[in-house]
Amino acid sequence: MLYPRIIPCLLIHNKGLVKTVKFKDSKYVGDPINAVKIFNEKEVDELIILDIDATVENREPDYKMIENLANECRMPLCYGGGIKTTAQAQKILSLGVEKIAISSVVFDNPELIKEISTKVGSQSVVVVFDVRKKLFGGYDIHTHNAKNKIKQDLLELVERVQNLGAGEIIINSIDNDGVMKGYDLDLIGKVKNKLNIPMTVLGGAGTLKDIGGTIEKFGIIGCAAGSLFVFKGKYKAVLISYPNVEGKQKLF
Amino acid sequence: MIGIVDYGIGNIKAFSNIYKQLDIPHRIITSKKHFKDVEKIILPGVGAFDHAMIRLGESGLLETLNDLVLNKKKPVLGICVGMQMMAKSSEEGVLSGLGWIEATVNKFNKEKFGGDKPLPHMGWNSVNQIASNPLFKDINVNARFYFLHSYYFKSINKENSIAFAEYGDQFTCATNQDNIFGVQFHPEKSHHNGMQLLKNFSNL
Repeated sequence: MLYPRIIPCLLIHNKGLVKTVKFKDSKYVGDPINAVKIFNEKEVDELIILDIDATVENREPDYKMIENLANECRMPLCYGGGIKTTAQAQKILSLGVEKIAISSVVFDNPELIKEISTKVGSQSVVVVFDVRKKLFGGYDIHTHNAKNKIKQDLLELVERVQNLGAGEIIINSIDNDGVMKGYDLDLIGKVKNKLNIPMTVLGGAGTLKDIGGTIEKFGIIGCAAGSLFVFKGKYKAVLISYPNVEGKQKLF
Repeated sequence: MIGIVDYGIGNIKAFSNIYKQLDIPHRIITSKKHFKDVEKIILPGVGAFDHAMIRLGESGLLETLNDLVLNKKKPVLGICVGMQMMAKSSEEGVLSGLGWIEATVNKFNKEKFGGDKPLPHMGWNSVNQIASNPLFKDINVNARFYFLHSYYFKSINKENSIAFAEYGDQFTCATNQDNIFGVQFHPEKSHHNGMQLLKNFSNL
């Protein structure tokens, strides 16, 4: 049987690892390579690494850093941050990354998904939606670390992106980021209804129970989390953790 | 000496890292001369079938590769699209495969998927061994490996199938015919099970 995926998501800012709350107040949590080494030992299902500076600084992905991370990873790696062209996507995949995540560029030019997926295969193309609840219902898509609002309908875009050849969608709740009070299940349900491709959810997991509950409700799904796997306790001491095989088994 | 074929596709570094860690001699092959004293070959692959076939064709390695595998009978292990390329053809593309194994590559039947069974088939799945094979030595009979694909390998000769996985249907996820081996999953990204499999291949 296929198992749901439980995925640590690491954010890179100023070459260090950080964790944010609602996309703000980034707290330094350590060295990226060191974190990858620990997650290797813990045999994590997958890893998502997002460079949250690249798009905002309007610069190329840091290929040297990506290569170093990919060299270290003994699990599948999804990299996102600053990717704007098919050539960049191909270059990153050639460094030993399994999947590339794109976001802001998609909303300017959705057809790029088709171009990239034709070249590298749909299975390696992930589209990230950073979303925030609207005041009066529904959701807005944001880019550039939630500084930029996209005036397009989330559910329509999700379907369009899927039809253009995306292989996976990550839905990241800005409201729940770092809050550790659980995923936005309503949001997940709405998006999942539209999808025939794998979906990964991010934003809000505070306990393994949050992950277990989401899997119970939605079946085969990717559950990603940042804070849950890097912080421990009320005062958020930095300590990397991840459930072992038995711990995971209880969640399925 | 294990030769890891680098034709610009697939996670070459991941294989060399694992063999480095296992202290097993290996070499990345980017030109014909690198095949000298290579006893076993890894053929990685990801992405679209035709794109991979074109790149392999352009690499200038194909002729030597065919000779080593078909005439000199050196053990070869195809990974993911590397396995799919060993078949005669793929529904994903229009180009012919290497045709080393009596098999075709088919697209998962869409009607059985969607909703609770999304495609691509992505994540950790049980690999069910059909027959005992040295490739799976010291690996549990239904150990988990990492999969990432939308097309599957279909053996024409059923005896070539040495393990199956279940997703919508049962499909061959590991194949062996004489010196030719292939796995649909990614041993280089499957933690200790994957490492064991790559070690087993080196011990063939």
